[in-house]
Amino acid sequence: MSADTNPLAKDLANPPVDGSELIRFDKVTKRFGATTVLDELDFSVASGKHVTLIGPSGSGKTTILRLLMTLTRPDEGTIKVNGDYLTHEEKNGRLVPAGEKHIREVRKNIGMVFQQFNLFPNMKVLRNITEAPVTVLGMSKDEAEERARELLDMVGLADRCDAYPTQLSGGQQQRVAIARALAMRPQVLLLDEVTSALDPELVAGVLDVLRDIARSTDITMLCVTHEMNFARDISDQVLMFDSGRVIESGTPEKIFGDPEQDRTREFLSAVL
Amino acid sequence: MNWDWSAVADFLPKFWDGVLTTLQALVLGSLISFTLGLVWAIAFRAPTRFIRWPVGLITEFIRNTPLLVQLFFLYFVLPEWGIQFSALTTGVIAIGLHYSTYTAQVYRAGIDAVPAGQWEAATALSLPARRTWFAVILPQAFRRVVPALGNYVVAMLKDTPLLMSIGVLELLQQARLEGAATFQYTEPLTVVGIAFIVIAYPASLLLRSLERRLVR
Repeated sequence: MSADTNPLAKDLANPPVDGSELIRFDKVTKRFGATTVLDELDFSVASGKHVTLIGPSGSGKTTILRLLMTLTRPDEGTIKVNGDYLTHEEKNGRLVPAGEKHIREVRKNIGMVFQQFNLFPNMKVLRNITEAPVTVLGMSKDEAEERARELLDMVGLADRCDAYPTQLSGGQQQRVAIARALAMRPQVLLLDEVTSALDPELVAGVLDVLRDIARSTDITMLCVTHEMNFARDISDQVLMFDSGRVIESGTPEKIFGDPEQDRTREFLSAVL
Repeated sequence: MNWDWSAVADFLPKFWDGVLTTLQALVLGSLISFTLGLVWAIAFRAPTRFIRWPVGLITEFIRNTPLLVQLFFLYFVLPEWGIQFSALTTGVIAIGLHYSTYTAQVYRAGIDAVPAGQWEAATALSLPARRTWFAVILPQAFRRVVPALGNYVVAMLKDTPLLMSIGVLELLQQARLEGAATFQYTEPLTVVGIAFIVIAYPASLLLRSLERRLVR
């Protein structure tokens, strides 16, 4: 799909893509009970980059996405998105835990696609996509629907506007979920093992859609995946996690071709 | 014991009044219990315990005291504080309030059964709390709770005779008065018993068809 016919290209050009820092984790610690999932994690993502998080399960990758989506809160440390604190806000020069209103503002820049799709089963496909643009962004119903149809066209489901999610295959549901996330025009798209719940023959269709988005838009992507070929294709940067820390990061060529850490080598040989 | 059709005929005018009153109590009581129960259920999930705790306490209290005691309290004690309603209004409020604490539990179970992923998706789309409740969570919860709510409507119907204790002229009270006046209890009581079945059975059929339509 060429850039001028892609509905995303025109919309998503608005966040400036100058390679500036879009996401910053600063000494972020997250514990669940006695388990420390993230341990004083520092890392940043430049705008427009496609970053893949790899590592064994339980290494904290998904937690990073959930923290960014404010589905869970860090125990210590700060997260910044676009220069704004996500978890805190400044009041009278002091940093205090963020109120709901502040979180909502910062969160609007972020979209997420879930492993289990999480489409709203009580709404038809079109309404799944238009619900948030209309109620959150204040878009008119007509405009939201027109855009939703463009997005559905892009994910290859233009003819399924009036279906209910349960009438679609897993792969189709996930493509709708991608369209739904994009309808909010996020600067950052979080992809949480988006193909893990799919039947093998449906994976390719979803990955093709994501490749297309990665190629034709400036949207920043943070991706947790076990699809190493996909990671290699779309990533500018790969972060290898183990035990709540980034143990190695670099270009996909380097991480997949010539990793420095034994742990990375070990992990890759197990999954490839 | 002889069955006397003329006693039935004599009872009919009062019987229809009783049917009307019972249905009024049932319909209005259901409406109150459905709405108030929903309010409780949402309050159970309030972000602050300053709402959750008092609501939990109040509903447990109402649920665990007899409806008859509540009826007497509302009818005989509240007027001492200058709050006075007609017998039927008091009955409707009492039955609605009492059953709202049951429907609240039904709603709660229905809401808890909506997968966490639905809340997360709503958060990820920044849907406001009100929208999350009314456009996403509750429509999914309702489908699950219709059968259980229906059972409570039937239970409520069977509790409406309690209203006679504060002088509401519902079905059973009409039959009792008729019996007391004519010394013929058999006919009015039988007719009233049948009337309860005739109301309850179509009601459960209606709910079953509603259930079929909602569960996709």
